[in-house]
Amino acid sequence: MSQPTHTTERPAVQAPAHPPKPRRPMPLAARILLRTAHVLLLPAVLIGLYAYSTATSGSYYTPTPGLIADAFAELWFSERLLVDVIPSLIRLLTGFTIAAVTGVCLGVVLGVSKGVRATLEPVLEFLRAIPPPVLIPLMILLVGIDDSMKILVIVSGCVWPVLLNTVEGVRAVDPVLADTARCYGLRTTTRLRVLVLRSASPQIMAGLRLALALAIILMVISEMFASSSGLGFAIVQFQRTFAIPEMWAGMVLLGLVGFALTAVFGLVEGRVLRWYRGLRAANRGE
Amino acid sequence: MLKVTALQKIYNGGASAVEAVRDLTFELAEGELVCLVGPSGCGKTTLLKCIAGLMPPTSGTVELAGDSVTAPPPDMAVVFQEYGRSLFAWMSVRANVELPLKEKKLPKERRRELVAQSLEAVGLTAFADSYPWQLSGGMQQRVAIARAVAYEPKVLLMDEPFAAVDAQTRADLEDLIRNIWQRLGVTVLFVTHDIDEAVYLGERVLVLSSSPTVVQDDITVDLPAERDQLTTRQDERFTELRARVYAQIQQAKNSAAPAAAH
Repeated sequence: MSQPTHTTERPAVQAPAHPPKPRRPMPLAARILLRTAHVLLLPAVLIGLYAYSTATSGSYYTPTPGLIADAFAELWFSERLLVDVIPSLIRLLTGFTIAAVTGVCLGVVLGVSKGVRATLEPVLEFLRAIPPPVLIPLMILLVGIDDSMKILVIVSGCVWPVLLNTVEGVRAVDPVLADTARCYGLRTTTRLRVLVLRSASPQIMAGLRLALALAIILMVISEMFASSSGLGFAIVQFQRTFAIPEMWAGMVLLGLVGFALTAVFGLVEGRVLRWYRGLRAANRGE
Repeated sequence: MLKVTALQKIYNGGASAVEAVRDLTFELAEGELVCLVGPSGCGKTTLLKCIAGLMPPTSGTVELAGDSVTAPPPDMAVVFQEYGRSLFAWMSVRANVELPLKEKKLPKERRRELVAQSLEAVGLTAFADSYPWQLSGGMQQRVAIARAVAYEPKVLLMDEPFAAVDAQTRADLEDLIRNIWQRLGVTVLFVTHDIDEAVYLGERVLVLSSSPTVVQDDITVDLPAERDQLTTRQDERFTELRARVYAQIQQAKNSAAPAAAH
């Protein structure tokens, strides 16, 4: 006989009409200030340490933060933004989106159907084991050196975490909830939308998060081969022409791009998984 | 209304096949509230799943209003024991109740009406916009009951719905079920392992034997229709019926023990 998830009442959570808001011991301004300090303190210390060590060493290959900042401003607040940065980002987001959609769709099919899973799994395991960068020479031969090659490289790497997480999430749909959906006559499309995708969303979001990090790496790698634009291309070119502060400025920009994308992703995830955090907090008895 | 004939369910496992339900035959008249009680592990949940069309029986039939049940029928609602797992955590209370109605393609006005009425009936009007996980266990089970009521089923199946809530909430919910049953005239099959609950709630109590399960006894509860937690439970007749069910279950446990031993 199946067991209930919780066996006791939770009188502590006395059902507010609205989601409980955290108490506010501090005014908003102070909280923002404190939060900013938390975020910026360690970066400031690290930059300071770096500044100190570069000022004392004077190595040509590790320029001071000031030099890097100058190069950064000069490089990226110019038309290079349009030539290198924007195309890179477009390829990144296109590749990520294609990988996300493919991964989720295929993942749902695999998660729902045992037969499909058994048939495809060995092949998928093999394909997954191939590091995406080694596909670049092949893809140059097959699709050329334009954007589609770079997007394909990104897709070929990013699709796996999304796919595998979706399969796991779909397989983990609660059987009681699935029975409930059947009893109340939910049609297949509704069941997919309301039951399967939503209850797998924590795993899917985790997969997407991994895929986003991979997408940035693969974007850069794909631009290092047979390319004439993009951030990866620019950084390699700076290094070859001994434009060292510019090379550093490129790396900093990549770091910032990754940071910004992760932050945006975090916001989206927070919205999509609000219920999940609430549920977990309730189960922990908070 | 609901007719179960010679129902048998064997869980296949090769040599270790388990016969959960052997031979069950019973019938529920329209508008009846029948409690199904049996010793733990007697296949109550298996039976309920077969009746709900969630699981095909090995042999035998389930008929709802003359139609054979092979998939979940549209006129049946189920309230599961695991309230926390039968509600959609990503939907508000209102959306949970409304979802099956949307699938039935009811017009918006009618949906709103049904949701409002059913939440009112279970006393959760103020919590329509909360999420299930913001509610206590008893309240979550009320949401599940409201969803079942709003669905306007002809038959309501309840699988030990109050097994996981505390005693006081349980008493409230029992009265709620009696109340809803009387007002809506719906046919209710209520599965429980609690003898007191079965006698208090039911118009009839079916006592099941241990696994492999058969109907051991069919007891009519001739208590007045208006029941009250205090006076009904002190009623002499209540005590008699309770004792009879208890004796039957003890007998079921003992007599079936050797058969269930493997």
